[in-house]
Amino acid sequence: MSAVSYLDHNATTPVLPDVVEAIVEALRTVGNPSSVHRFGRNARRLVETAREQVATAVNATAGEVVFTGSGTESNNLALRGIARAPVMVSAIEHDSVAKAVDGVLIAPVDSNGVVDLGAFRLLLEKHRPALVSVMLANNETGVIQPVTEVARIAHGLGALVHCDAVQAFGKIKVDMKALGVDMLSLSAHKIGGPQGAGALVVQSSINLQPLLQGGGQEKRRRAGTENVHGIVGFGIAAAGANDHLLESGRSANLRDAAELRLKALAPAARVFGATADRLPNTLCIEMPDVGAETQVMALDLAGIAVSAGSACSSGKVATSPVLRSMGVEEAIARCAIRISFGRGNTMVDVDRLVQAWGALFARHGARLVRPETAA
Amino acid sequence: MAYNDKVIDHYEHPRNVGSLDKDSSDVGTGLVGAPACGDVMKLQIKVGADGLIQDAKFKTFGCGSAIASSSLVTEWVKGKTLDEAEKIRNTEIAKHLALPPVKIHCSVLAEDAIKAAIADYRAKSGKDEKVAS
Amino acid sequence: MNTMLRNSQPIYLDYQATTPLDPRVLEAMMPYFTSKFGNPHSRSHAYGWESEEGVEKARAQVGSIIGADEKEVIFTSGATESNNLAIKGVAEFYKDKRDHIVTAVTEHKCVLDTCRHLEQKGFKVTYLPVQQNGLIDLEQLRAAVTDKTSIVSIMAVNNEIGVVQPLKEIGEICHAKGAFFHTDAAQAVGKIDIDVNAMNIDLLSISGHKIYGPKGIGALYVRRRPRVRLVAQINGGGQERGMRSGTLAPALCVGLGEACAIAQKEMPVEAVRLRKLRDRFLTAIKARLPEVFLNGDLDSRIPGNLNISFAYVEGESLMMGIKRLAVSSGSACTSASLEPSYVLRALGVEEEMAHTSLRIGFGRFTTEEEVDIAVEEIVRHVTKLRDMSPLWEMAQAGVDIKSINWAAH
Repeated sequence: MSAVSYLDHNATTPVLPDVVEAIVEALRTVGNPSSVHRFGRNARRLVETAREQVATAVNATAGEVVFTGSGTESNNLALRGIARAPVMVSAIEHDSVAKAVDGVLIAPVDSNGVVDLGAFRLLLEKHRPALVSVMLANNETGVIQPVTEVARIAHGLGALVHCDAVQAFGKIKVDMKALGVDMLSLSAHKIGGPQGAGALVVQSSINLQPLLQGGGQEKRRRAGTENVHGIVGFGIAAAGANDHLLESGRSANLRDAAELRLKALAPAARVFGATADRLPNTLCIEMPDVGAETQVMALDLAGIAVSAGSACSSGKVATSPVLRSMGVEEAIARCAIRISFGRGNTMVDVDRLVQAWGALFARHGARLVRPETAA
Repeated sequence: MAYNDKVIDHYEHPRNVGSLDKDSSDVGTGLVGAPACGDVMKLQIKVGADGLIQDAKFKTFGCGSAIASSSLVTEWVKGKTLDEAEKIRNTEIAKHLALPPVKIHCSVLAEDAIKAAIADYRAKSGKDEKVAS
Repeated sequence: MNTMLRNSQPIYLDYQATTPLDPRVLEAMMPYFTSKFGNPHSRSHAYGWESEEGVEKARAQVGSIIGADEKEVIFTSGATESNNLAIKGVAEFYKDKRDHIVTAVTEHKCVLDTCRHLEQKGFKVTYLPVQQNGLIDLEQLRAAVTDKTSIVSIMAVNNEIGVVQPLKEIGEICHAKGAFFHTDAAQAVGKIDIDVNAMNIDLLSISGHKIYGPKGIGALYVRRRPRVRLVAQINGGGQERGMRSGTLAPALCVGLGEACAIAQKEMPVEAVRLRKLRDRFLTAIKARLPEVFLNGDLDSRIPGNLNISFAYVEGESLMMGIKRLAVSSGSACTSASLEPSYVLRALGVEEEMAHTSLRIGFGRFTTEEEVDIAVEEIVRHVTKLRDMSPLWEMAQAGVDIKSINWAAH
């Protein structure tokens, strides 16, 4: 095992070796899938094979898969492509859902970070949104949402349902039919595929307005020359995603061990979403009185990569809106880091984490209140 | 676009390419389609004293399926009576060549061409009138 | 089945549809698929920094080839997204003061579709015609741009006919009226010299896979001084200075950067080589086939493009014959349809001639031998198809094809 421990798999995952191989092979072949000559037809075949693979992985049909440039784009396409208002989203959605359209209604979550179904139903009845978006698993806490219930309730009140499954895919089983949702966002780089490829799976009955105008690619739902090698890599990664769920069990062991041992070091440390269903690889934990930025920097020096929240906003030292929506006080939320395990991690990584985390806590966290660092 | 083997065969080895003397009284000429549409077919038949089609020639400006459709009908009409030849339907041509939906119009054009050639011949022989081609 | 071809791989002459990835680009990308896999937005650990470093170097390389500062470069998923972002982004931001857009009828489909989309939303759009050589008339542009115009979008190089628009002059006309000048340079970058400052360009779209880089990546240059503001089209994490959200793909960014660096370095020599190949091709074709017509201006044109109409021969059947050659009969995005190219129609090329045109694209890996084979193949099949063409027969007999009353079909 390497001298560094990568424990930030929710930000991005290393590309799997067989995926790299397929990507490189695709990169070496020339062809625009829209060209009619042999090169073009070959590129088209690669794209369509990947479409089958992605569809199969989430129990959808190939015709329902729209390839995009990222999970963010998929979410934007879903929320803006319906072109009907109002839209209701949960309080813990990724910004690419929460900020996709203006004036969204927010469905609250409970202290575990789970959508409050009672409140959800009341809001639905009152505002009658055209579209509801609830993620399958939260990127920061790993908390799994009752999406099947959400879809049942929402459909009963005439709303369409979108689910951002970017973080859940490859960690737990994602079955579009079982979830009963109308649209599902996926991203390649969270499942051992490459960055630059995502998908929105859209039920064929839905009339989706494209985000990008242009050529008629993706059945007029997403213009632009297909990212062939990215799509190929996505397909291979997706085809293996469910086999890799075994890997999740291993991640769960590592996560549970880490959680237990960190809690032993600091019994007061809060684990967010601890009693809810969580992704098996994700641990969101507070180090009492030690700011997240201090933690991630100290851990980085010790060769451990973790994150202070979601990667997109981690440049800014703002407290997580996800934790705030769970009712976590500001002072505690700013001391939370996210540890996310994945392929290649072993108990050695847990040991290293526990040691470095423990040393830092011993130095800083002895219940002395640190002055606020100016933002 | 992937072509059917029969289309490729007719495209690469077109049967009966050429022209007959359109002014001859035993020749009927059909010219159908339009350059602006991307297809023009000229189909000619030479009818024997026994009323059977002795020879057929074509020239086609158009895609591979259009060339194949016209090449195929020149084969089919030879040895037929005019009435028999007139019964050739575009669906038979399309089926034989396994034309995809976007190419069905090629078979329609071939049917029109053979009908036009027959009509021309009949007009000539029946009324002994010159018909502009 | 394939008895005729000894080497089964056809000759690739479709460099305007997409280009092969340069092996040097692949080499630069490889580490980002294997060891340097961090999320470039992860600021808290070395994995993220390493990726970010690669991305920022690439940003500078992209800036350099167009004479821009790296801070003015935004990565996107491709030129289609760049064009969408530039036009919608500017139009929406300035809509209260300026609600008019100017573009040309020969623009790429994604620009035209974006403009049509904006028209539906209440914007006014002027679609400039082009002259017979494919270039816009600057006087018509001058007349079209008003103080209500927010953005003028005119492509640098046309994807079908390769003609180069007078960018500097277009930019001047825009700026005189306070409008921003956007140019879709997907087909231009790496083929002609571009300097955003000298050419008065405010926004410029780049595509990775048209310049021997990877697919799935592009860039948009957005001028900082004077500042051009945009409404983001993809919202979320606020990456790319809030103008384009979504996790960047470091491997792809690095690929685009390297592709730009190689193109910038090799362009002077490569342009000469390609022009020679192109002239060799055109001279041979014209010497051996009567009634062939070049579409678009020859002088104001990138060296690697030809678009030729072969009268009395139908394009698709020609494509079927010359199967050793991978060329296009129209833009790749539309060539699966039976409609003749709208670009050629805009030049005044008649429909029947538009049906007979081929786009032949030469590029970095094209050899003289391939050019010679291409000439042979085309001459052979055009000759064969003309022998089979009733129109050619009539033309040879002196019949004016236009005089015939063709039935509408």
